[in-house]
Amino acid sequence: MSTPALRLAPHPSFARSDLAQREASGHGIGGPAPKRIIVGYGFWIFLLSDVIMFSGFFAAYAVLFKNTAGGPSAHDLFDLRNTAVETACLLASSFACGMASLAVGERNLKWTQLALLVTGLLGLAFIVLEIREFAGFIARGAGPSRSAFLSSFFTLVGCHGVHVSAGLLWLGTMIAQFYAKGFRQDIRHRFLCFSLFWHALDIIWVAIFSLVYLVGTLPPELLP
Amino acid sequence: MWGKLTWQAIPFDQPIPLAAGAFVVLGLTALPIWVAAKGYIPYLWREWITSVDHKRIGIMYCLLAAVMLLRGFIDALMMRSQQALAFHAPGYLPPEHYDQIFSAHGTIMIFFVAMPFVIGLMNFAVPLQLGVRDVAFPTLNSVSLWLNAAGALLVNASLVVGEFARTGWLPYPPLSELAYSPGVGVDYYLWALQISGVGTLMTGINFVTTILKIRAPGMSYMRMPIFCWTSLASNLLIVAAFPILTATLAMLLLDRYAGFHFFTNESGGNPMMFMNLIWVWGHPEVYILILPAFGVFSEVVSTFSGKPLFDRRSMIVATMAICILSFSVWLHHFFTMGGGGDVNGFFGIASMIIAVPTGVKVFNWLFTMYGGRIRFNSAMLWSVGFMVTFVVGGMTGVLLASPAADFVLHNSLFLVAHFHNVIIGGVLFGAFAGLTFWFPKAFGFALDERLGKAAFWCWFVGFYVAFVPLYVVGLEGMTRRMQHYDRPEWYPWMLVAEAGVLIILCGIALQIAQLWVSIRSRARRRDASGDPWDGRSLEWSTASPPPAFNFAVLPEVISEEPYWEIKQAGSAGRPATPEAPYSSIEMPRNSATGFVTAFFAVVTGFALIWQIWWLVLLGLVGAYATFVVFAWRDIHEIEIPAEEVARIDRAVRDTTARAMHEEPAR
Repeated sequence: MSTPALRLAPHPSFARSDLAQREASGHGIGGPAPKRIIVGYGFWIFLLSDVIMFSGFFAAYAVLFKNTAGGPSAHDLFDLRNTAVETACLLASSFACGMASLAVGERNLKWTQLALLVTGLLGLAFIVLEIREFAGFIARGAGPSRSAFLSSFFTLVGCHGVHVSAGLLWLGTMIAQFYAKGFRQDIRHRFLCFSLFWHALDIIWVAIFSLVYLVGTLPPELLP
Repeated sequence: MWGKLTWQAIPFDQPIPLAAGAFVVLGLTALPIWVAAKGYIPYLWREWITSVDHKRIGIMYCLLAAVMLLRGFIDALMMRSQQALAFHAPGYLPPEHYDQIFSAHGTIMIFFVAMPFVIGLMNFAVPLQLGVRDVAFPTLNSVSLWLNAAGALLVNASLVVGEFARTGWLPYPPLSELAYSPGVGVDYYLWALQISGVGTLMTGINFVTTILKIRAPGMSYMRMPIFCWTSLASNLLIVAAFPILTATLAMLLLDRYAGFHFFTNESGGNPMMFMNLIWVWGHPEVYILILPAFGVFSEVVSTFSGKPLFDRRSMIVATMAICILSFSVWLHHFFTMGGGGDVNGFFGIASMIIAVPTGVKVFNWLFTMYGGRIRFNSAMLWSVGFMVTFVVGGMTGVLLASPAADFVLHNSLFLVAHFHNVIIGGVLFGAFAGLTFWFPKAFGFALDERLGKAAFWCWFVGFYVAFVPLYVVGLEGMTRRMQHYDRPEWYPWMLVAEAGVLIILCGIALQIAQLWVSIRSRARRRDASGDPWDGRSLEWSTASPPPAFNFAVLPEVISEEPYWEIKQAGSAGRPATPEAPYSSIEMPRNSATGFVTAFFAVVTGFALIWQIWWLVLLGLVGAYATFVVFAWRDIHEIEIPAEEVARIDRAVRDTTARAMHEEPAR
């Protein structure tokens, strides 16, 4: 009898500690990738889609940047000191989130919770500063309905702010989950996703910081 | 208290929408009452509504698409009848109602027929073809389905409460801005699409992850079935394009709800930015729909020609080339914007180039058939009908891709004929081919062939009779979306088109009859072999319908056509695969998360449309609570013990072996 082309054999992914399982890449070598890889990979794809959504808002901002309709321009409004403090809060928050990852690796609940708390408080500080900035603009008659430029500014930066706020809600849920469920595998996978999300928001912020605030405060004669 | 919602929202003064609305309400209340009276609710809840099984979700997607196809087709019938009557006459539809009908027709056919149909087929077939047990995120998959259904429900609710958009299937500003569309129609459109769009995006993420990370051992990229490849391309496009739709619709929502100025005429807004952004999503969307259909045709043509697909490698390259090029052609939807010669030249040439990989595919299918022993099953008829029709549609597309010609034909019925030519002849024929092809795998019995072939011929002939006249009047200058007209030379063609749509109606009636007859005689049609078409890929190696876990042991793949090879290797048409040692299988637990999330999405969407702010808050809190309840779940999977797996698999092996013995050569 000829050799069957298709061998039906038990698959290693069902023997949980098998070496082949850990090395499975999903590239057709060892079969399905392990759960941690699948969760992280899927979340990366989501983050990429989120970046594309932001790119839509960035494009709109670039198109409408000069359409101030006689109202205030970026140069009239932006205050780099406030932006610098916001940036510091957000980056420090991500550092604290990195600390939380280390504590999770060490299975240290006390430090995990403390680091997450610091992450959240710094994130909250960022949001408060952003709301203050927005409220100041609106008080000066530079609200989002003043001009197309301001519409796109508030939408782009506000969308990032909404992401940070949603992240804070998630963070609170995460703290409660660590408290109630400990370092269970699925909770750790969730935390992996959260920290990816939190760091991705930094990357978006770096783009906003450079393209919106730094470019916006350049002397107008330097702009194309 | 109730925002903008008053009794005026119900169209008591308009008999047609009122009757249609009453019909929908009656249907929506009568069906649950009938289901409850029959005592089916626990079964439906347990086995379908809360199911996270990719096969069941796929079937529910197709069911949603079929129901919405009827709704969208009724709209088409009404439009064709209006234009057949409205020569020198007002017809029977007043302009504001006619405008809603063509907007609803396009919206429904693209978002709630074509999309769920192809996503349903991918859901059903991709994990089976990859030789695995489910998608990457089964509960998320159920959330996607139900969010899509939530969007469909909101669109249908606009029949009864309020109105639908009068702006066309893409709400171009400034017409769609609050100043020119003050009603709730555009809001219904926007929220329905935002909700179902989230569902579609999650489908994209789910399937990209599934196809790239979850495949049977040994299934390298080059061994993946073509349908999996085209699904991968389609889902990559979903992930890359749908976020732009979300952003664009969000901008229009902000314009309408909060007085922003993205697309308004005043305060520096830029309406043309909407056209650019929406088509950056919109053109890839066309390929999101057609690529899975190409995959279905590849599987069907190869199976029914009894040959491997001609040059798989070029088919894969062509698929991925389309995937990338699809982002460089969007401007051909509005050459008349006035972008200048350079811009129009670039996009015109790019649009012509993208026809090349599609041409490669057509030759692949033709050469696959060449020298094959072709069986003209109805799935094969849909495929051959597609090849003929799609080539015609493709050629009129290349014609439209020339900016000079487009200036004449822009927004004429020639354009309408062109995209119906590729969407009906491509996507819909593909969906019907896939339905015929995989139906026996899903239910264990095949659809009636005689009625299936009759339905095909009605659709095929009806399509040409309905749309060739539109090409003609388009060239004669008839623009799209005309509620009435007074040019005598158009009138006879409108009558011919009306006859065509009635022939298609016969096709649909025959399809309903086909389903009815086939289900009634299912005992006689039972296919125990699991392989009714002499298939080549892994889905045919398991039982029909497959057990919840698809494969008792994951197959190990060492070639491009794993199941065909194993059949060749075995004697007497049936492989003598040794019974493998069974082990227990972990399967994802059912979850109501998708259904409950969609419930709150409907509540939130409806409240946003009518600006009932307390209800919006309630809906959002409900959605967050659902998320927390799901996150607090302790047991995600249930274990099917090895003995149970062995019992099920031995029973399956027994029946298939007997079926194969009774019918050794097909």
